[in-house]
Amino acid sequence: MSDKNQQHIISVTVENKSGVLARISGLFSARGYNIDSLAVAETEDPTVSRMSIVVRGDEKILEQIYKQLNKLIDVIKVQDLTTEEHIERELVLLKVNTASSNARNEIVQLVNIFRAKIVDVSKKCLTIELVGSKSKVDAMIDLMKGFGIREITRTGRIAICREAGKEK
Amino acid sequence: MTGAKIIVECLKKEKVEVIFGYPGGALLPLCDALYDSGIRFILTRHEQGAAHAADGYARASGRIGVCLATSGPGATNLVTGIATAYMDSIPIVAITGQVATHLIGNDAFQEVDITGITRPITKHNYLLKSTAEIARTFKEAFYIAKTGKPGPVLIDIPVDVQKGESDFDYPDRVDIRSYKPVYNGHPVQIERALAMIESSKKPVILAGGGVISANASEELRTFAEKTKIPVALTLMGLGSFPTEHPLHLGMVGMHGTMYGNNAIMETDLLIAIGCRFDDRVTGKISEFAPHAKIIHIDIDPASIGKNVSVDIPIVGDVKNVLKQFIENIPKTNTKEWIEKITAWKEKYPLTYKNTDGLKPQFVVETISEITKGEAIIATEVGQNQMWAAHYYKFKHPRSFISSGGLGTMGFGFPAAIGAQVARKDKIVIDIAGDGSIQMNIQELSTAVSEKIPVKVVILNNCHLGMVRQWQELFYSKRYAFTCLKGKQPDFVKLAEAYGAKGYRVSKKEELKKTLMKAFEYNDGPVFVECIVEPEENVFPMVPAGASLKEMIGGLA
Repeated sequence: MSDKNQQHIISVTVENKSGVLARISGLFSARGYNIDSLAVAETEDPTVSRMSIVVRGDEKILEQIYKQLNKLIDVIKVQDLTTEEHIERELVLLKVNTASSNARNEIVQLVNIFRAKIVDVSKKCLTIELVGSKSKVDAMIDLMKGFGIREITRTGRIAICREAGKEK
Repeated sequence: MTGAKIIVECLKKEKVEVIFGYPGGALLPLCDALYDSGIRFILTRHEQGAAHAADGYARASGRIGVCLATSGPGATNLVTGIATAYMDSIPIVAITGQVATHLIGNDAFQEVDITGITRPITKHNYLLKSTAEIARTFKEAFYIAKTGKPGPVLIDIPVDVQKGESDFDYPDRVDIRSYKPVYNGHPVQIERALAMIESSKKPVILAGGGVISANASEELRTFAEKTKIPVALTLMGLGSFPTEHPLHLGMVGMHGTMYGNNAIMETDLLIAIGCRFDDRVTGKISEFAPHAKIIHIDIDPASIGKNVSVDIPIVGDVKNVLKQFIENIPKTNTKEWIEKITAWKEKYPLTYKNTDGLKPQFVVETISEITKGEAIIATEVGQNQMWAAHYYKFKHPRSFISSGGLGTMGFGFPAAIGAQVARKDKIVIDIAGDGSIQMNIQELSTAVSEKIPVKVVILNNCHLGMVRQWQELFYSKRYAFTCLKGKQPDFVKLAEAYGAKGYRVSKKEELKKTLMKAFEYNDGPVFVECIVEPEENVFPMVPAGASLKEMIGGLA
């Protein structure tokens, strides 16, 4: 369990105020913790924001991250979702070259297989939208590399814990 | 009511009796409101002095210290003081002026993002955007500074917010949903800890600054005496347990006592109370207390398990937890252990060669003797600090005022001024070095004009002594930039130029008489410059990064 590269997805609810993101990112950089990705937006309660932070570290580092986050006055709750049943998603938008009509057809087939969507079409390029787990997003990107990727933007992972297990 | 008046009312509600500060453009409305408010305003001669004075006031009194500075350079000058308070968990509220809200972000004259700058060195900070927020923010700021693990809180107030109008409605209570410190130890953990204490043969208590900030010295003493467990202290813990108590093990760590460090290396149970296992305490962490199980009591969960692995963590206010312990005093038998420690104490006492020359240790011993351990001792940082820690015989908590975590040179003098303002009944002495006293020497002017009778004893060895000591031991005596011979001011004349008293002592025989004369002077500050031996070292010592058993020097 003491793997330094173990990824964890931490869900942090915070006061929806200016400066809170800076407090959190400052804490991570000051203490030398690595952030793989960070996504943040308002929740059902407009005074609260939720951050989904993907970090790497062993148990000891994770414990410190948990405690240091909790120490910030504006942090309401910290949960390591990796330790419980949860759902993770990431959204990616990518532009792929379509050099020939063959390539275009192949890409459309792959998009269907991945249940992705084509959201913009031009003569030389398709823009694809895909929602999925990290491994699905990675697999799609890997396959598209053969066609030539022009640009990628990813949201980073967001996550929420499952209710089904809790209701038992 | 104007914002500035609201601020004054807030300060009165928080029973603030004194503010240390420096005015400026972005503070004009607030300074005007303070002018006839009845709150004492002590004008320091530098904002850093104001922050340290507020800190010293807080350490000596247990109350919140308040400092004030204008925007831009005023605010940045507070930074070292705020960081010092942050590292030692001292409750201060720093108020800064800010440029008008419509100018923020425009690189306006004297604009600086002080909330951004102080984010990592405050417990919390605020940038006010409207006059209506002032009252609630002040209530929260004072509450956050004092509760849980205490610390500095900064409130940045744009000048138009000070001028704006709003109703004054001070909240009775604070409810911050995301901030709920835990005060009582978990009963199951307490039970486990007590069982572990009962089964220990060689327990040691390690008490830190948390015991002092929680006002738990009485409880610590009761618990130690009833269980007969010896008490080691961190630098920040000095004063929490009387130096002359038979169970006292002295300070441990880099400049710890031989018997204290021996006890840490041999104990089978370390009961850490309100300390955070700083590297200056632990030395090489993998070899720290190698035979010990560790019980760690602290109000701050993040301090537990950060540096050392802990067997029983107890989150809570140490006063409450110690009370919980005292209700169920565990049966202990430490007779043999105490005998062993007593033998170490006799064999390896703190000592130095008391030659014919004036030794800095002798100066501190003499101060201790004259004041009978009843003074408040502030220190600067370096050798002066360690000698004060070693040779002053403390009797009371809040009587040792020193920058432990940040190690801020220039802290002691302004902090002593703050301490003296808080405790008019006490003799307050800053034990200083010739280097550090010059870092905030401008505060002489503050002390003279406010008639604050602080005593400053300068241990003048013509060197930046602690760095010189390391150069002697680890850098082949290459004294890079640490020798001040022939480069110093005349400290006596300097004191006199400010309107203070100045004395100089270079002979052992003159010391006591001069100190007594200086300590009797109460109309303002007094400098006593002691010309001490230039190459005296602080011993014993554990080299940086070494294990506590690798002690060098200072053995009888």
